[in-house]
Amino acid sequence: MAEKTPNKKNKVSRRDFLGDAAKGVCGAGLFGLALGSVVAEAEGKLPADAIRPPGATAEADFLSACVRCGLCVRDCPYDTLSLADMGSSVVSGTPLFVARTIPCEMCDDIPCVVACPTGALDKSLTNIDDAKMGIAVLVGHETCLNFQGLRCDVCYRVCPLIEEAITLERSANERTGKHAIFIPTVHSDKCTGCGKCEHACVLEKTAIRVLPERIALGELGAHYRWGWVEKGNKGESLIEGQGIIDLPDRGYNPEPSGFPEKSATGGYKGFKP
Amino acid sequence: MSKMQNPGAAAVEQKGWLAAHKWLILRRLSQILFIAAFLVGPLTGFWLVKGTLASSMTLDVLPLTDPFIFLQSLVTGHVMETNAIIGAVIVAAAYFLLGGRVFCSWVCPVNIISDTASWLRRKLGWKKTGVRLDRSTALWTMGAVFVTSALTGTIAWEFVNPVTMLHRAIVFGAFASVGLVSGALFLIELVGGDRIWCSRLCPVGAFYGLLGKVSVLKVSASKRKACNDCMDCYAVCPESHVISPALKGEKDNRGPIILSGDCTNCGRCLDVCSEDVFEFSLRTRNKLDDVRPNEGSAEDGTQRAA
Repeated sequence: MAEKTPNKKNKVSRRDFLGDAAKGVCGAGLFGLALGSVVAEAEGKLPADAIRPPGATAEADFLSACVRCGLCVRDCPYDTLSLADMGSSVVSGTPLFVARTIPCEMCDDIPCVVACPTGALDKSLTNIDDAKMGIAVLVGHETCLNFQGLRCDVCYRVCPLIEEAITLERSANERTGKHAIFIPTVHSDKCTGCGKCEHACVLEKTAIRVLPERIALGELGAHYRWGWVEKGNKGESLIEGQGIIDLPDRGYNPEPSGFPEKSATGGYKGFKP
Repeated sequence: MSKMQNPGAAAVEQKGWLAAHKWLILRRLSQILFIAAFLVGPLTGFWLVKGTLASSMTLDVLPLTDPFIFLQSLVTGHVMETNAIIGAVIVAAAYFLLGGRVFCSWVCPVNIISDTASWLRRKLGWKKTGVRLDRSTALWTMGAVFVTSALTGTIAWEFVNPVTMLHRAIVFGAFASVGLVSGALFLIELVGGDRIWCSRLCPVGAFYGLLGKVSVLKVSASKRKACNDCMDCYAVCPESHVISPALKGEKDNRGPIILSGDCTNCGRCLDVCSEDVFEFSLRTRNKLDDVRPNEGSAEDGTQRAA
């Protein structure tokens, strides 16, 4: 066994070479397919309650950069971040936090981003208020105490960007007929997704949750235009005086004595849908 | 057969137990060190090393990054931050000097599992059982990893890499995962075939093996004239095919250096050789002049070359 057979080793026939190459390519191809399917299956299933650290790039970019070293976890002063364990539905070894358990405290110096050696957490994030870890959404609004007309307001109070990321929008309380309802309303352009609101919600199961942007936000079709925005941009109506025939709206019954008076909001007085 | 099951007995007799296990002990210490250094921080609060084998920061000054992971990220089109680049260069340079697969035998936590499984196979007389794969398999695996990384835009091997999984699970205290990964690897290595994971499949080892093709520190069979053909080195070597070209290179006018990148510089051959045929040397010392004359031994080296 110790003695080698140089003649056999050093001279590779074309047939052997092609055979070995074919075996290798097929084997490697099969292995690559298997690995690829593992990757594809794992990368698409980030659960909605697993929030990436601040500055995390979009999930596809994140997985091209994150080496799962845990340096962000080590440098998080509040133990917010952890690495996903095997068997969890998050890609094993990648950092995340669950806001209901420990939310992000939004450190001014963002130590997790500073610690990241790979660019998975984007160093261009220098102001934590610009972070977009997710968007808080009042998903359980029917259970929200404020929705019942109570003044819980806890999510609003704990929000690091109070009156910016969460405001209380007033509407009439139809149940009592004389009180107001203050509905916690999240403004996605300001919300960082820190999850303080989710953590603080007093319900057994939180009514307000931080969700990844892809789940939390709707998106208008690119061809849609808001008429009032376009009008504002132009400074005047886009259709007035262009000879466009305005057909009568359904339910509009013109008074016999000519046109109705226009209201200040642009509609017609006496309009009944 | 019983000799193959118990290699190194002659060396223990000749040199004493400690000298016949010197490199093995040093290697185990090194492997433990590479885990312990990462555990100092979480256990004591003094952060000696943060991170994992994938990427780490020592005392807030020394960044280290696994070059194989770095390259996988690179083929996805992502260029890492300066710290990771510096870290990858330092690690690659270190293995260039110390031997590519020094990672496998001196750092990788899986090596302890692989060695244990291989030891048990030897004791059970299972040395030849299991699947036999061509030595080039791991290179194909490595190639497939790069292609998959490029196509999926992810660091593909890290989805399944048991090396970093095990290290990370130990360092971050995920003990169930430690048991799961090491148990699975142990079974694969025990039943699957001899060193089937570490020397036939693992693309990390294949990558460092490529580095080993040019690395500086090498094992030399410099006293090969004293070899008494006891075969103990072949029995313990995790890559036994690397030995012959150097040890039996006399007739082909080959130098005494084990040049193959597959060699992990584990030093077990130094341990188990009762004649101290092997020593650590440099790639450059591979001339026939570097073979030391046989002193003191009754047998003559030329006799065995025939």
